[in-house]
Amino acid sequence: MEQQTVKRPSEGGLRRRRLLTAWLFMVPLLAVNVLVILGPSVATIYYSFTDWSGIGPAEFVGLENYTELLADGDFWIAMWHNVIWTLLFLTVPIAMGLLGAFLLSQITRFQIFFRIVYFVPYVVASVVNAAIWQNILDPSRGIGSALASVGIPFLDGVSFFGSERLALPSVAFVNIWAWWGFIVLLFLTALQAVDHDLYEAARMDGAGRWQQFLNVTLPGIRPTFVFVVLLSIINSLLVFDYVYIITRGGPAGASEVVGTLMWKQAFERFEAGYAAAMGLGLSFVSGIIVLIFVILRRRGWEV
Amino acid sequence: MGGLSTLSGRRARREPSKIPYYVILVILALYALGPLVVVAFNSLKSNAEIGRNPLGLPLSPVFQNFPDAWSQGNFATTLVNSTILTAGTVVGVCIIASTSAYAMARLDLPGTDAILLYLFVASAVPVQLFLVPLFFLWSNLQLTNTRFGLIVIYWAIFSPLATLLLRSYLIGLPRDFEDAARIDGANELQVLLRIVLPLSWPGLLTVALVSGLAAWNDFLFAITFIQDSNLKPVTTSFLAFQSNFSQDWGLTSAAAIYTILPIVVLFLLLQRRFISGLTAGGLKG
Repeated sequence: MEQQTVKRPSEGGLRRRRLLTAWLFMVPLLAVNVLVILGPSVATIYYSFTDWSGIGPAEFVGLENYTELLADGDFWIAMWHNVIWTLLFLTVPIAMGLLGAFLLSQITRFQIFFRIVYFVPYVVASVVNAAIWQNILDPSRGIGSALASVGIPFLDGVSFFGSERLALPSVAFVNIWAWWGFIVLLFLTALQAVDHDLYEAARMDGAGRWQQFLNVTLPGIRPTFVFVVLLSIINSLLVFDYVYIITRGGPAGASEVVGTLMWKQAFERFEAGYAAAMGLGLSFVSGIIVLIFVILRRRGWEV
Repeated sequence: MGGLSTLSGRRARREPSKIPYYVILVILALYALGPLVVVAFNSLKSNAEIGRNPLGLPLSPVFQNFPDAWSQGNFATTLVNSTILTAGTVVGVCIIASTSAYAMARLDLPGTDAILLYLFVASAVPVQLFLVPLFFLWSNLQLTNTRFGLIVIYWAIFSPLATLLLRSYLIGLPRDFEDAARIDGANELQVLLRIVLPLSWPGLLTVALVSGLAAWNDFLFAITFIQDSNLKPVTTSFLAFQSNFSQDWGLTSAAAIYTILPIVVLFLLLQRRFISGLTAGGLKG
């Protein structure tokens, strides 16, 4: 590069043309991003201070949406459901993902087969996964009645998605089923990068399987582990698909999360200004969490 | 000799202990695949048989569910819609990502670091931050209820990650051919089209698969931006179909198979590339 520019006579012109080309090549990316993401994101900030139905002019109301939000019982219940959802996603799929990945890393035969099988639900559309489980968990024709017919009656007639007590964990269960195979892959990729000599050394020191797992495996995959934790929290905060598809937040708000509540405020109740405040609040919380992880990473806590 | 015997002794001790591993792996496999197998079974059952046997093997298989679901589920239209959405997304994302990745990797674009930071942020921004104003902007521009409007959204949402992936791929490519082409008088667009893109097809294929899968399976944008049932993709159309025929499991199972078959077949054919793309995408994001 340096040599070329020294040799060429019209150095400045070439460089200008190159610069122009570079920016021209960026135009499609920047144009669609400004139009779809950046512009509307900034607009969200503005509309969150307005009373706006989505149609017609927005009336500036200051912090009214936010004070309303802080006093909104439905919002806090939905937020609490997000917290429960997060706790479920930080434990069940991560434990299953670790187990699956660890076992897969110990075998060679059929490893690729199992990897593919675990991953298939992740590539299946959420609407289909939801429908599958709505059938299987159907109170009258699903697994409960099938078990009852072979003498295990305690699930018979249980309405997993229709009961206020079970709706949220049942929807989370379906989402976990679709999601954990992805975590297996992330962990497996990390496990395969752990130095095998470390296991050998641990064995020499007389460490058993469990101690090897605690002292070699977990530290070896810590960056991936931390990333999976971050991804689980963020995805749990923003969850929408499975809740909307299976229960629409019901029955009686028992499985409502902020994502579905916000969507309804904007597109069913036409309180777009209020929904903007809700979306901004949600984004703020997830932004704070990402920021904490970035700071921890900078401090070398992760690597 | 002594060392060898302890080695084989250790191996003999360890071999049988793999069996519990396989037992657990098989249980996990049944958990992952079982529900999908039930769908395949149910698609081959009449309603009467589902009443008697809702989860098991079809004892008297019928195929009538497939033509019925095809016509009543409007799949001739919705599969075309999904194909247009996915193809439009893939082509657009590949163009957007390759030109911008090329500008950042090869053309000494000033401010590349700032743009990279923006792309990281943009690929992690919650949908909830921009969804509401975007919807009303799109209705003012009359882009709601159009496939093009949805495609543009997918372009914007998938291109930051695609650009990051492709940029790191381009950085790993040798520059020799490009420099030779430039000395022969090729302009940058020609270099990109004739030299760089043919060399970077594995990166492009990864980007295409990841964004294609996301477009095909998307639910949130499709349900928000398309209400016209003749423009719906298979996902949201399936949801409407399922709520109309929720008691007819044979029919909805056949519809489910239409919805997922294209993507599952493609995944099984290209699973290695899918998996590497999705895990790389996940780790980058």
